[in-house]
This record gives sequence, structure tokens and C-alpha cells, in this order.
Amino acid sequence: MNDPILAIRDLKMHFPVKGGVFSRQVAAVKAVDGVSLDVGRGETLGLVGESGCGKSTLGKSIVRLLNPTAGNIEFEGADITHLSQSALRPIRRNMQMVFQDPAESLNSRLSVGQIIAEPLEVQGIGTRTTRREMVEQLLDRVGMPKSAAQRFSFEFSGGQRQRIGIARALALNPDLIVLDEPVSALDVSVQSQVLNLLLDLQEDLNLAYLFIAHDLAVVKHISDRVAVMYLGKIVELADADTIYKNPKHAYTKALISAIPTPDPTAPKDLVRLEGEIPSPINPPKGSAFGHRISHPRYEETIGMDLSMIEIEPDHWVAADPCCLSDEDYAKVR
Amino acid sequence: MSENVLEVKDLITAFRMEDGEWLRAVDGVSFRVPKGKTVGIVGESGCGKSVTAMSIVGLLPKPMGHVLEGQVMFKGEDLSKADHDRMHEVRGGEIGVVFQEPMTALNPLHRIGKQISEALILHRGLSKREALIEAVDLLEKVGIPAPERRVLEYPHQLSGGMRQRVVIAIALACKPDLLIADEPTTALDVTVQSQILDLMKDLQNEMGMSTILITHDLGVIAGHCDEVVVMYAGRVVERAPVREIYASPLHAYTRGLLNAIPTLNTPRKSRLNTIEGQVASIKEFVSGCRFCQRMERTGDTLNTRAPFVEISKDHWVEACPKCVDKSILQNVH
Repeated sequence: MNDPILAIRDLKMHFPVKGGVFSRQVAAVKAVDGVSLDVGRGETLGLVGESGCGKSTLGKSIVRLLNPTAGNIEFEGADITHLSQSALRPIRRNMQMVFQDPAESLNSRLSVGQIIAEPLEVQGIGTRTTRREMVEQLLDRVGMPKSAAQRFSFEFSGGQRQRIGIARALALNPDLIVLDEPVSALDVSVQSQVLNLLLDLQEDLNLAYLFIAHDLAVVKHISDRVAVMYLGKIVELADADTIYKNPKHAYTKALISAIPTPDPTAPKDLVRLEGEIPSPINPPKGSAFGHRISHPRYEETIGMDLSMIEIEPDHWVAADPCCLSDEDYAKVR
Repeated sequence: MSENVLEVKDLITAFRMEDGEWLRAVDGVSFRVPKGKTVGIVGESGCGKSVTAMSIVGLLPKPMGHVLEGQVMFKGEDLSKADHDRMHEVRGGEIGVVFQEPMTALNPLHRIGKQISEALILHRGLSKREALIEAVDLLEKVGIPAPERRVLEYPHQLSGGMRQRVVIAIALACKPDLLIADEPTTALDVTVQSQILDLMKDLQNEMGMSTILITHDLGVIAGHCDEVVVMYAGRVVERAPVREIYASPLHAYTRGLLNAIPTLNTPRKSRLNTIEGQVASIKEFVSGCRFCQRMERTGDTLNTRAPFVEISKDHWVEACPKCVDKSILQNVH
């Protein structure tokens, strides 16, 4: 990709597991284990996977709410992997995050106006009066009345709170917003309103989104490209239409076939997926998904390089004999 | 015409506020569950679907919640008039209940085996030993690997999907005539969700029971129900066989809900249809059409509640002249 706004290379985020008498580190939770991704300017990259696959951890490490264990994150050409919190402050103007649960991510002791103005204050932008005007503009931008500024976030419904969260993220006029399950807690009718808002904002402001979610239909709708994550690793990455029409990885296929369709006449050619995600503390040594489905070729994959290969132009998939058809595997090996 | 296991007639459930006011969370709801069938209740949060379920099994929060009017006819007996002891017999015996969050439904201090045996000892009079053997069988039936080991484990040792299987095992322990599942898969991942729904369907066919499946997800309803009841603001606005509800929805709210969800066929990044406005607060509910209230319409429909009429065989709709096409209503009179 030419000049991506965000480039992640081999990012790892491991959490220590302590135990024993002296609380020594006895193991590590490999929440994110070697992820490389690019997000282009004005692009939406969708990130899907089951709970526990590390997608939220990845989002948090990108905005540096976590300190990555290894790898690097380049944002707008600058390496931000190990920047200190104070050095990060100017970067954060251009990179914001919206969380899943707006009830928890908005301070209930501050008025909505104060919540939205806070990032402006922290960055020292504007005076008290100009900030008030900016807040009103932002509220208007996300489809809320100006009068909301004087009220508290808990006075609003879930959908409106998420709008407030989005207004706060927009305050600094960022180039990239990491959206962590922004619509999962909302009712369908409200969900569509928020998705439309996100699409409008992207069009008007040329925003890039990293859209993290587990609802594949929603992700497909909003994304340009989609990355599928499984147990800390990206297993497939392609254009959104391609990945749904022509998935290569067995896990992607299973995820897509599990989407409940609102059509009672739809044929059910369900790929039944047995078992659940293994623990990231002691992940299987070979292909993690091959292990889950007890694939006969699992033993072969131990010690094998299962990194992503471009199987077709701009369509990347893990070169894993357990997860690809024989024909596809022949193309990548 | 097959017989109905359950018939809910004009149910009104209200909560008494501190100031003595009664708020009707369920306001005149009627539907039935034919033997061996699955009826889905769908609606947005706060529409009264869970309160309806709680009213059926007598689990309304006391002392505020009361069934004010109406009947809950279960196999010819009106459960709304049944006393505490009788309801104790019914719950877990003839009616099994599965709630959304499996962690809160299980007691963290007791082993899985004990929690399943409890129902068997209480309702079927088995000895402890017999009950434990039966518990192992049940766990096997709901697809838990190594059930003889799992009966000795505690809930926290299981994953979310496994826990929900245990809750289903408990609900099914006494071979109930009716299973009420309130958002049974909302807290679970898509792949696990489809496993659980398929499991429920298989067990239902095997045991010949009837099911009420409560969900906000129209996708889930489509694949797993025979009939659908659409609730809005404490009332049923439409009720029909599943194919009809998707092929020819009559009420504006049902249509709005169906149009709001993105599917894999929705053109990418197109703006989704939305339902304008928001559900009014329960304190402000009008006596007439509450969807007209949401649409900020004025006039008669807000003051008089439209009758619930049968448009075609088993397809019922609240006949608000502003929410249902006139041409359809003409044929009824």
C-alpha cells in the first residue's frame, strides 16, 4: 500500500502470568502474537474474530493504551512503539479511540460538554468560549442537539451515548479512529443510525477507521478490507467483498457460515465448527485452528512457518495446510 | 389445528414505583405456543419481551412486579393464578428456563454435577447417585466433552459456550413441555451461537417440546423459529409464521426492523435504512399507537389503540391505519 497512515509490523503483546512463591513469571498470555497490518488514509480496515482472539488488545496497543512487547507501530511515518506518554500527546491528536460500552467510557460526573471538551483542554486548544462553540459544532456533527452539552451522559440512551463518544473522538480532528465494537451494545435500529453516521463522517473528513467487531455482516458493510484474527494472529486479509465471496481459510469460512441470516428460506450449508478457541497461555505448537478441528495434518504444522502469503493479488492468507484446500495450499507453499 | 402448550391472553404486567404509580411494562400481550413449535419473540431492548417471559414463569422482581390482568394458560391451567408452591413445581419441571448470561444463572460455589442433580432430585425424585449418573448423560447430550470429568468442575472452569450448555442441560433435565430461552446466545460468539441454537433445535425435535426464543436478533429468529411475535413498547404489533414475517411484513415497525440490518448482500458502505426517533420512556407511553408516537405523528391514532386483527391465516397485526397499509386493512372489515 502506498503511504499507509498506520503500519504495524510483527506486533506482539504478551501479558505475564505470575505464580509460585516469589511471583515469578511462569508463563505468558500471548494475546497478540506477531501481527502485521496496514491501514490506508481514509480507509476502513475491519478486524474480526471471536472473543479472546486478541482483537481488542491489538486495538489498545495501537493507540498505545498498552505497551507492546515487541514489534513496531508506525503512525503517519513516525515510530510510536516506545514513545513516552508525554511524547505521545501530540500523536494522540491524530489518533483516537471509541469504546464498546459508552456507559463505561464516559465519565458520569462530567457534563456532556465537559466530556467532549476534555481532549481539547488537554491539548491546549482554544479558549473556554471557543471550546464551547467547538463542542456545539461537534454535537451537531453527530446529530445531537446543542442543549445536550449541559446534560449528563447517563441521561441519554445507548445510541446517543455512543454518539457522544464519537463526538469526543472527533474533537481533535483525527486522521485515524480505532473503533472497538462500537455498535455491539446497541439495538438494531440504533445500530444502523450509528453506522450511517460513521460512514458520513468518513466521507466528509477522510477518516481512517480500524473497525473491530465480531458481527461479520456489520464489518462487511463498513469495511474496505477485512482482517480475520485467530488466537493472536491474523489468518486472512483481503478486500471485504472478496473475503466474503471467496474465503480461503477454514476459520474464515466457518465464521461466515455461522452468520445468522434474516431470511428463513436461506439454505443452511453450515460449516459446523466444533470446539472453542484454545487458551492463549499455552497455544498449540502448530496450527492453532488445525488443532481445534483436530486436522489430520496438524502434526506436520509443528515448527512450520505459517505466516501470511499473498495467494491472489491483495488476498493474503496463512500458509497452513490444515486450513486451506489442497488446491489453495499448493499455490502458497 | 394442533393444540397449544401455552396461551397468553391480554397479559398486563406492571411495576409499582415508589410514588405509587404503576408502569405497564407489558400492556395487553397475547400469543400462543403450539405444541412442538418454536415461537420467537423479537423486539428492541425495553420492549417488554423479558418481562413477558418472567410473567409466564412467575419470576417477576418482587415486590414491585405484578401481573395485573390476563391469563397465562399452560396446558389448561392459568399460571397467573397459581400459588408459590405450584410455580416452584412448574419452573424447572414442566417449564425450563435459560437466561442470557450463563455465569449468573449458575451458582459459582457448587459443582456442575450438583447443580444439574438438584433439579432431578427435586422434580423427579431421583436419589443423589441416580441424579449424578443422569447429569453425566445430560452433559453428554448437550455436547460437553468428557462429561464424567466436567460434573466435578465448577462454573468458572468452563468457557461461556460450555456454561450455556450446562444451563441448557439444567433446563432440559426434567424433560419440560416448554423451554423459555431469553437471549440464550447473545453473550456468545457467532460460531458458538450457531452451535447452541442447533443443539437446542436437535434436542427439541428429540424431546418434542415447545420453545419460546426471545432475542433482538432477527437473524437468529429467521433460522430457528416457526412463528414470530414482534413486540414494541410493551405490546405485540405483529405475529405471523416466520416466512410470512420476512416475506410480507405488515407493520411499519416490523418493516423498519428488517430493513435496518445489514446483510452480506447489502451494498458495501451504502447508507442503511433507519427507524427515526427513539422508543418513548415508559412513563410517557400513549394509550394509542406507540409507533406513531415514535414517529412524532399527531392525531387520533395516538389516543385509541387499534384492534389486533387477523389479516390472513395466523398473520395478525395491530391495525393502526398509519402503520399498516390501508389496502390491507380494507379487506378485514
